[in-house]
Amino acid sequence: MSAMLLNKEKWPEFVKMLAGKKVLAPQADGDAMRFAAVAEGEAPALDYNNTRVPPKGALFPQTETMLKFQSGSEQVEEPQLDQETVVLGLRPCDARAMAIVEKLFKWDIDDPYFVRRRDLTTLVGLACIEPGMNCFCSSVGGGPASTEGLDMLMVDLGENYLLEAFTEKGEALLAETKDLLEEAGDVQLKEKEKVVGDAEQKIKRKVDTEGVPEGLPGLWEDPLWQKVSASCLGCGTCTYLCPTCHCFDIQDETEGFDARRCRMWDSCMFDEYTMHTSGHNPRPTRRERTRNRINHKYSYYVDKFDVIACVGCGRCTNLCPVNIDIIETIRQVKEAL
Amino acid sequence: MKTNTNPYIPYPATVEETWYETGGDRCIKTFKVVFDDEEVREEWSHLPGQCAMIGVLGVGESMISISCSPTEGKFLRFSVMLMGKVTRALHQLEPGDKMMVRGPYGNSFPVDEWQGKKILTIGGGIGQAPLRPIVEYVKANQDKYDGLTMIYGARTSNDLCFKGEFEEMSKCDDLACHLTIDVEEEDWEHNVGFVPQMLLDLNPSPENTIAITCGPPIMIRFVLENLKKLGFEDDQIYTTLENRMKCGIGKCGRCNAGNMYVCKDGPVFNYAVLKEIPEAFA
Repeated sequence: MSAMLLNKEKWPEFVKMLAGKKVLAPQADGDAMRFAAVAEGEAPALDYNNTRVPPKGALFPQTETMLKFQSGSEQVEEPQLDQETVVLGLRPCDARAMAIVEKLFKWDIDDPYFVRRRDLTTLVGLACIEPGMNCFCSSVGGGPASTEGLDMLMVDLGENYLLEAFTEKGEALLAETKDLLEEAGDVQLKEKEKVVGDAEQKIKRKVDTEGVPEGLPGLWEDPLWQKVSASCLGCGTCTYLCPTCHCFDIQDETEGFDARRCRMWDSCMFDEYTMHTSGHNPRPTRRERTRNRINHKYSYYVDKFDVIACVGCGRCTNLCPVNIDIIETIRQVKEAL
Repeated sequence: MKTNTNPYIPYPATVEETWYETGGDRCIKTFKVVFDDEEVREEWSHLPGQCAMIGVLGVGESMISISCSPTEGKFLRFSVMLMGKVTRALHQLEPGDKMMVRGPYGNSFPVDEWQGKKILTIGGGIGQAPLRPIVEYVKANQDKYDGLTMIYGARTSNDLCFKGEFEEMSKCDDLACHLTIDVEEEDWEHNVGFVPQMLLDLNPSPENTIAITCGPPIMIRFVLENLKKLGFEDDQIYTTLENRMKCGIGKCGRCNAGNMYVCKDGPVFNYAVLKEIPEAFA
């Protein structure tokens, strides 16, 4: 692992040196922040808390062409994926989410689109200094400077960013930009410890997950599911904006003779998601759908991949229109165990 | 398949034969198809119980049971009930047309593990489609199994699939074929009554026997109950599940029953496993 320093004054130059690759960074989009392609010559400042929409789309776009074909033909063509991409300044929780979802996309049969995009993408994280009000990453295996899923981590040390590379891709990025960098010393590494430690202290919300993965399925008929889903509108915000939600639909689209098979984010909170063609729905109400969502994240995923599929980013709680709070839900689960 | 590592790519197969199994609004049409590409044809291998994603480009694809046994030849058979957009497009296919196929998906019936045992299949309606490959597989390997009993029922005689195949079956010594319909009909020579009741009436011994059931949920529920009454242990009973599916390879999320993905961990489940999944019969 190499640790380097980048003076913040050189930040615009650093971003410029990545020219040739697609650079995604958080940028203002109305009243929210969103990961978007950086225009040539620009270098968005990384003074943000977190984006409303997670950067999962860098590896798993909201809508993605899987196959192209001509109407009436049986010849299908795969899209060429060869755009090297750097995601700059994603939060460690969102990077962890990518690592968590990667387990599924590589489970048994590789998902070629996700895997290819991951190969082409360098993930450069930005450690959190000021956690958001509903952040609880440290309760679910993460932390303000977690490195899981990241190729490189940046830590804001005031005048400088401390850059640490953890993978070949991270090292390559340091090599590419070495003219702008200085070796970091023990002083800066100590400083990082302090900054990160302080950030950890600032995380106000906690959730106790002990016994939850094992115990959840046993609460199948518990009245708590009625309670927590009673106000749910079924809007799907919690799932669309969740960095670990990976469910998708597949649809064919035709425009003239040009046709494509594409996939798009889908949500287990929608009734059509599981509805059989016959009209029968194994999860007919929001009670069953909420129960599945929580079980999937906090129990099924643990059974299959040994990790909770929630990184504590707080988005589902922040943005739920009826204030359903996942921390409160897990608290109720704990209570019912 | 080696031909391409992208599991989402479907391969064209030519429809060789089609025929209707049943009539009505939800008619069932059977397709016999052969992959166009020789390499794809040679590399394809499936076992009873597995499914495939079949469809028409520009419309979509649906997960359908492969209703033939690999012992029957280098072709595939699908029996498709007319239900929605994709099945409507499939039903329009006639001999010479192309069907797009990818797979096979899911686990399979553990036919090797069952060697030396008596096989009892209990099917209802379109539920016979995933059971037919077992019947054919056992027929082709009669020396490896201790006989086959098939119970199959539908609402009316017109709702029974694979009708033409049963007569031949009843001629074999080791194979017993029991048909039933819900309501009395003129010229019907077989049983009248529900499948679970017929199972009780036949009173098969659980000794050295594997029971496999597939059909409407309500039928499965009573069949399971009656199998227990007959003394079958949970692990002697198998069934297959179906859920809405999109990817077929455990990525898209939607087909889970509890912590199991029906497309990967299923569709075949041993009842000892299945009864621990609270959502299995939802």
